[in-house]
Amino acid sequence: VTGQLRDLSDRSQRRPSRKQTSIAKCPRDRRRAQPSQKEWVTGSPRPGSSRKKQTDRGSCHKGLWEQKPCKVERSSKGRRKKGQRASLKEQRTPPKKEKEVLRKETCDQPKRPRSISLASNGESLSEEELVQILEQVEEKKKLIATMRNKPWPLAKKLMELREAQAFVEKYEGALGKGKGKHLYTYRMLMAKKWVKFKRDFDNFKTQCIPWEMKIKDIESHFGSSVASYFIFLRWMYGVNLVLFGLIFGLVIIPEILMGMPYGSIPRKTVPRAEEEKAMDFSVLWDFEGYIKYSAVFYGYYNNQRTIGWLRYRLPMAYFMVGVSVFGYSLMIVIRSMASNTQGSTSEGENDNFTFSFKMFTSWDYLIGNSETADNKHVSITTSFKESIVDEEESNKEENVHLTRFLRVLANFLITGCLCGSGYLIYFVVKRSQEFSKRKTVSWYERNEVEIVMSLLGMFCPPLFETIAALENYHPRTGLKWQLGRIFALFLGNLYTFLLALMDDVHLKLSNEETIKNITHWTLFNYYNSSGGNESIPRPPLHPADVPRGSCWETAVGIEFMRLTVSDMLVTYITILLGDFLRACFVRFMNYCWCWDLEAGFPSYAEFDISGNVLGLIFNQGMIWMGSFYAPGLVGINVLRLLTSMYFQCWAVMSSNVPHARVFKASRSNNFYMGLLLLVLFLSLLPVVYTIMSLPPSFDCGPFSGKNRIYDVLHETIENDFPTFLGKIFAFLANPGLIIPAILLMFLAIYYLNSVSKSLSRANAQLRKKIQVLHEVEKNHKSDKERATVTNSEATPKSSSKNVSQLQLTKEEPVSYSPSQIQTLDKTSQGPGTSADSRVLQPASWHLGFQPPKVKLDSGQPQSQAHTWRSGSGKSAQTSPN
Amino acid sequence: MRLFYRYQDLAPQLVPLDYTSCPDVKVPYELIGTMPELKDNPFRQRIAQVFSQDGDGHMTLDNFLDMFSVMSEMAPRDLKAYYAFKIYDFNDDNYICAWDLEQTVTRLTRGELSAEEVSLVCEKVLDEADSDHDGRLSLEDFQSMILRSPDFLSTFHIRI
Repeated sequence: VTGQLRDLSDRSQRRPSRKQTSIAKCPRDRRRAQPSQKEWVTGSPRPGSSRKKQTDRGSCHKGLWEQKPCKVERSSKGRRKKGQRASLKEQRTPPKKEKEVLRKETCDQPKRPRSISLASNGESLSEEELVQILEQVEEKKKLIATMRNKPWPLAKKLMELREAQAFVEKYEGALGKGKGKHLYTYRMLMAKKWVKFKRDFDNFKTQCIPWEMKIKDIESHFGSSVASYFIFLRWMYGVNLVLFGLIFGLVIIPEILMGMPYGSIPRKTVPRAEEEKAMDFSVLWDFEGYIKYSAVFYGYYNNQRTIGWLRYRLPMAYFMVGVSVFGYSLMIVIRSMASNTQGSTSEGENDNFTFSFKMFTSWDYLIGNSETADNKHVSITTSFKESIVDEEESNKEENVHLTRFLRVLANFLITGCLCGSGYLIYFVVKRSQEFSKRKTVSWYERNEVEIVMSLLGMFCPPLFETIAALENYHPRTGLKWQLGRIFALFLGNLYTFLLALMDDVHLKLSNEETIKNITHWTLFNYYNSSGGNESIPRPPLHPADVPRGSCWETAVGIEFMRLTVSDMLVTYITILLGDFLRACFVRFMNYCWCWDLEAGFPSYAEFDISGNVLGLIFNQGMIWMGSFYAPGLVGINVLRLLTSMYFQCWAVMSSNVPHARVFKASRSNNFYMGLLLLVLFLSLLPVVYTIMSLPPSFDCGPFSGKNRIYDVLHETIENDFPTFLGKIFAFLANPGLIIPAILLMFLAIYYLNSVSKSLSRANAQLRKKIQVLHEVEKNHKSDKERATVTNSEATPKSSSKNVSQLQLTKEEPVSYSPSQIQTLDKTSQGPGTSADSRVLQPASWHLGFQPPKVKLDSGQPQSQAHTWRSGSGKSAQTSPN
Repeated sequence: MRLFYRYQDLAPQLVPLDYTSCPDVKVPYELIGTMPELKDNPFRQRIAQVFSQDGDGHMTLDNFLDMFSVMSEMAPRDLKAYYAFKIYDFNDDNYICAWDLEQTVTRLTRGELSAEEVSLVCEKVLDEADSDHDGRLSLEDFQSMILRSPDFLSTFHIRI
């Protein structure tokens, strides 16, 4: 015992926290030490009844332990204080203080052992110490940076953070050498200020995001899926603002400021025949009259090469802006798609967690409305039921023929609908061309095309939904089909419309030659009729009287303009009638109706995300197509998006109910972007076609008089650039060079594609490896845990078990008890033991232990049998008892 | 700052405006649970318990700030996963066992599912996510599962 004691006191000398180590190491010593403490207390002059009792008890112990504890105290203290014995009172108090101080030191030990040495050494710092301090400062800095990731309570975080910051501040200055010190601290100060400024600026920026509160409000009511539509709308608004700025700043403003004023040339003047009605509202509403001959449309622009004192090259600018609108849109769409996918690269191929995801991630923590919460509960319940049913019936397939027949029928019906709507639009457009030849047309006849298209867009999607009910698809698949069909409908409509328009354009182009001749003839006659008196030149013909061509570009622009406006109106009217009035009706008529309107048939409308998103996307497609022919279209679209933001926000909050079916926001976002990209590409095609292969009108627009629109490029290159550049461009445009370039591009695409494929494959393999490693590690850890658990549990239980099972297996106790003792010893020895031996030993112990368990458990369910390898340790312990 | 005012709004009679002097004020769970952000959350009790100091749901300002810093959008993924695990671990034994799962399901569905369905669902979850087959989910299991989820980050946050 004395040897042990000496060992203990030695250790207490070495390690500063003497009390703690002694408590942790051998509990018996502590028991001995306590009475000794009491003994000191007894001797203290303070009186007290409780003390007396303790004294008695202490004295009982004293009889037993008096000699040795004294020795302990004396031996340890004797060395510490170098033999100095103090009075009894002093003896009692110092240990406590000492303990506190020591504990503080131990707490601080890992953090700043250098501080002591610094204090002692003063200014003389060796290189090594400097390096060490530097390391520590770095460490603290890292701690500050990663503080957010630590799952500590705030108070602790705050404390640690302050400590670390104080440390860094204290020693960072010391690191700078001599003169550089002040500069260094100054720099640190500035860096701090800069960080603060950046943070403030970020706060300011987040406050400047428009409609953030509105969207949050909606989000809390309807969940993230509806909010994703509004975020998309906001994004679209931003893109359109940029486009508007581009077109407005580079085309419309220069034209208004520096171009020829209204009425100076024929293309900028309302013709004589229309002059009377040009200011009527009904005419203006159709974008005829004064609006048609304004800077909003293509036809207003002159083909002068340069305008104004800045010599601004307007035709060139017009062309470049038209191209850059597409370029910018493409870039921004692709970029946002890429940034969307970046976050989701680690996803995929994890369909094996359906139930877990449903359980742990289906609740949207954003929901802050009891109605929505109710709906969410219901939808989660149904989704659980659905997946249970799916799970149960995954292999069961009932009545394949009927479903197949129904699906074929449904597809047939929908194809019929699509063809019908396409034909209807074609027919209507043709008829409108007939109408346009007549003099008197009613309002309906003039707007027939737009009305029919809007009506189709309004009624076809619900029809499709009804037909889709036949198919009996899974809701998610059904939603995809539905989206695809509506997309096809819109696309078909748009393209039929375009084709019909193209017919019209070709017709107008064929008429153009004759009109051109007429114009020339008129002008020629007019100037030649003056005849004799050439001294007085006749005043030029008034621009309103000049006969002119139909200017097909403006006509196309007007069509798009009308379509956009009517689309907007139809959307608003649908919202007003379909959502708001319905909601009002249901709300107020419910008091005097025979059945419950809110729960029954009409109920409230849901917010139709997919329809709205598709509508927005197609509207954007029309804007892209039309903006080349009507630069003002983007302005109208900006207005439209702005109003629809407010209007739809209001409508959603006032008259819609949250969804029962969930269209997930996180995945759909990229889906929207994909659709947008497709529409962008499709709307690019007709514009490129007109630019490359149709001759522009002869008497209107910035490109009049040229063979093709893109000739403006050639012209600029030839006239404004040095000749050698022109030669280079001509050389580059040579097909002999372009074809190899395209081939090279294809090769590059192919190469990059294959590289990315192999990289992703490597990525998957690495992930698999990590998983395997992770599992191995976990197995190790669980084995370790099990070892400690079983050991702690084994001691009381094994004895009783031994008694009960001794007759069952005679050799069993022999097989496991020694190893168990070993493990026990090792655990008691503390963290010095190697992990491997502990992992190995319980395994052998299990082997020894298994037979009785099986015998005993024969009556119990064998469900744990497959988990034997890893989970048996605990189950074997707990289940028999 | 906004959070502090929200905190103060919850119990104007309890929380003083000047917070520098008396820092140990607790807002009882009954008031925390009535916050519009939390009042419809089926796990509000768990959330309050996890973030409160002694597990009874009463919160000091520090706990309150803690809660919203974890639930904010900027909080790192691992931290969120850690606290989500604690929230779903109903009996605080550092494992999500079958009983915890049952609690979760009943709270999510408000007891609409029958007992067999609940147990089936729990069994399925254990089947999918329990990679070491010990009949319960450890933190590692949970993290490896939840971090692969596409919606976890988008749904596990509260905006103030």
